[in-house]
Amino acid sequence: MSTLDLSRWQFGITTVYHFIFVPLTIGLSLLVACLQTAWLVRKDPAYLRLTKFFGGLFLINFAVGVVTGIVLEFQFGMNWSAYSKFVGDVFGAPLAMEGLLAFFMESTFLGLWIFGWNKLSPRLHLATIWLAAIGTSLSAYFILAANAWMQHPVGYRVNPVTHRAELTSIVALLTNSTALASWPHVFFASLLITGAVVIAAAAWHLRRPGEQAGADRALFRRVLRLGLSITLAAAIATAVTGDVQARLMDSQQPMKMAAAEALYNTESPASFSLFTIGSLSGNQELWSIRVPYLLSLIATLDPHGTVKGINNVERAYVTKYGPGDYKPYIPVTYWSFRLMIGFGLLAGLLALIGLWLTRRRREIPRSSWFYRIAIWGVVLPYLGTTSGWIFTEMGRQPWTVFGVLKTQQSVSPGVTPSSVIISMAVFTLLYAGIAVVAGRLAVRHIKAGVPADSETGTPDVQLPVFSY
Amino acid sequence: MSLAAFWFVIIAVLWIGYFILEGFDFGVGILLPVLGRDNASRRLMINAIGPVWDGNEVWLLTAGGATFAAFPLWYASLFSGFYLALLLILAALILRNVAFEFRGKVDDRRWRACWDAAIFAGSLVPALLWGVAFANIVRGVPLNAAHVYTGNLLTLLNWYGLLGGLVTLSLFTLHGAIFLALKTDGPLRERARRLAVAIALAAVPLAAAFLAVSQVGHGKPWTDVTAALAAVALLAGTAAAFRGREGWAFLGTAATLLLAVVTLFGDLYPHVLPSSTAARYGLTVANASSSHYTLTVMTWVALVFTPVVLAYQGWTYWVFRKRLTHADLGDQVTPEATGSTGGTGEPGTTAATVGR
Repeated sequence: MSTLDLSRWQFGITTVYHFIFVPLTIGLSLLVACLQTAWLVRKDPAYLRLTKFFGGLFLINFAVGVVTGIVLEFQFGMNWSAYSKFVGDVFGAPLAMEGLLAFFMESTFLGLWIFGWNKLSPRLHLATIWLAAIGTSLSAYFILAANAWMQHPVGYRVNPVTHRAELTSIVALLTNSTALASWPHVFFASLLITGAVVIAAAAWHLRRPGEQAGADRALFRRVLRLGLSITLAAAIATAVTGDVQARLMDSQQPMKMAAAEALYNTESPASFSLFTIGSLSGNQELWSIRVPYLLSLIATLDPHGTVKGINNVERAYVTKYGPGDYKPYIPVTYWSFRLMIGFGLLAGLLALIGLWLTRRRREIPRSSWFYRIAIWGVVLPYLGTTSGWIFTEMGRQPWTVFGVLKTQQSVSPGVTPSSVIISMAVFTLLYAGIAVVAGRLAVRHIKAGVPADSETGTPDVQLPVFSY
Repeated sequence: MSLAAFWFVIIAVLWIGYFILEGFDFGVGILLPVLGRDNASRRLMINAIGPVWDGNEVWLLTAGGATFAAFPLWYASLFSGFYLALLLILAALILRNVAFEFRGKVDDRRWRACWDAAIFAGSLVPALLWGVAFANIVRGVPLNAAHVYTGNLLTLLNWYGLLGGLVTLSLFTLHGAIFLALKTDGPLRERARRLAVAIALAAVPLAAAFLAVSQVGHGKPWTDVTAALAAVALLAGTAAAFRGREGWAFLGTAATLLLAVVTLFGDLYPHVLPSSTAARYGLTVANASSSHYTLTVMTWVALVFTPVVLAYQGWTYWVFRKRLTHADLGDQVTPEATGSTGGTGEPGTTAATVGR
């Protein structure tokens, strides 16, 4: 394999892995901040116990999210130096701002929160977790603004002398319609994951025999309802914001929209296929289940709207950008688009069923199938966000910066394939090991249950969870 | 001063912040197997840097981001050229950071020993390699006409690069030992202070030799002055450590790191990455920088937000200014210590208890 292919695989592996940890960091920091606020307002010790319970889980997750993020920042220069050289003037700005405005805030105040329980006044201590949570979400905005520029470049010009992109408007870059649409989608998807984790944790405890779950049974029933509500609300919001993105995509990247449906020829109205068996290489569809009008509705809000086909867009691009192949790899875009939507909807459906089963203080029997599904259901939104990123990044191909710079022109000219093989092996092995350890620690932490009142009642001594 | 030159200064400032701050937490990690004789003292060491190491590391991320934004060509040539060296640094940082978070999560001796080893190696490797990297940047590396690095990992491991590596390694270790003497109490404080003086015996000649060679090869009149001041600060810091004045000692090693980075960046200017193949292939502040507009925007962002960051990071150090004792961690070092568990404790009594 060439340096290009290897670097693409490495970027894919490290990015997908990074984003396993990011959403839970975004969601749990907010959940913990809300729980701690509730404790200060209502003085109910149960809220403090939950703050510490989810806080511990948050820290295990946060550690991995941070270290895998450093790899991504370095990787642009290491593996994609031609890209970095070309876009640095534009793309570097949001990354540098992320460091200075968001990441400093996130890590400094998190350090204060972990170690400041006995050193800060309760209100000041509460402020630190809120600042860390705000820093986390702000950080996501800058990164998404950088990514949005790759999907829909604005506020720049290409200097004819240096052949490099130059920033002409930072305001345009930071208010890119693509960034404004993708941040809420990513934010709500993060809450969806957080809700599913909360549900799974509660379900595991509620399934235990009565004497073991003990007094915390009532607490976990409340936690379960909380998780179910977060998940359902987040699923609806993720769907709505995703829908907004779909229409933007149709106007900004019509090829991606067509590739999402594997729609080869322009149709109006266009139907949406739930499932297709087609020839992988060819433009031939053998068998499919279709919903009439749906694709037109998603792409244009009009059931009779026109959706451009891959072949039509390809002809237009050849005229505009010169001879070449402008199609992404269709099987990946087609299936990742469906899996993203499908997994997200299943997570929402699970929450809806759960809320129905627990309506008006009803109890779900301990042996219920629902708990078993709810525990394993935690993987659904993770698979959804992973599919979503694979879709949006693979759907942009063959471009790194849509319409401006191709992926094959972006790779580092001086890096040998053997170097990338070494780095990919190191990252993959290291990440796999860390995933196993972090996963086990998280499960162990959840199984240990909510810290007892006595543990949280002695403010003099730092809890083991909150020191190293 | 041009905006590009101003950003060269900003990036130097970010590296100074990174070396002074993460320098001591690397040092603490390196000294973990040396000074941490039992789990209680190892916990004390790790918790002394606990609230701050993560914020310290953001200086590196911001330095990387700022280089990307202000000098895209420098970022591109440097990061792709130093590919395997950076891979080693990244792998080390990953292991070290998860180790801090994971080590206390399972109460098992072998588990902790594993993560202690990761903290040690994860601190040692970057402490060495940052020096190797900076020495090579000053010295110049093989770059072709397209500013693409044409060497390999071994190219970087020349004697000047390795000397630079030993300098950062010994300076960070010294800085870390003094930090521990400043932030802990009891026997650990005393052992850290005495070890600091011993490390200085290696750090002083190494740093002096490296700065002298750098000045002979790449020096300017004004950087001769900063290099000499760096040596003075190092000697003064060592003397303060010897006399038990830990605060002054810490200021001394911090000033040494500051002046050493100023000297290296001063020697480098106006280049950012000289080419050893042909001088004209090298990258300079002028030919590697971003457009005027980007630099203007980033200047405003930096001028507004850097003071804010400095203020809240400074406040963090103020909040955790007290010496850390076993009592703070709720560690029951001996059965007698149980009674003194709680609050910040009396440093004197705790020290006596631990000493038994």
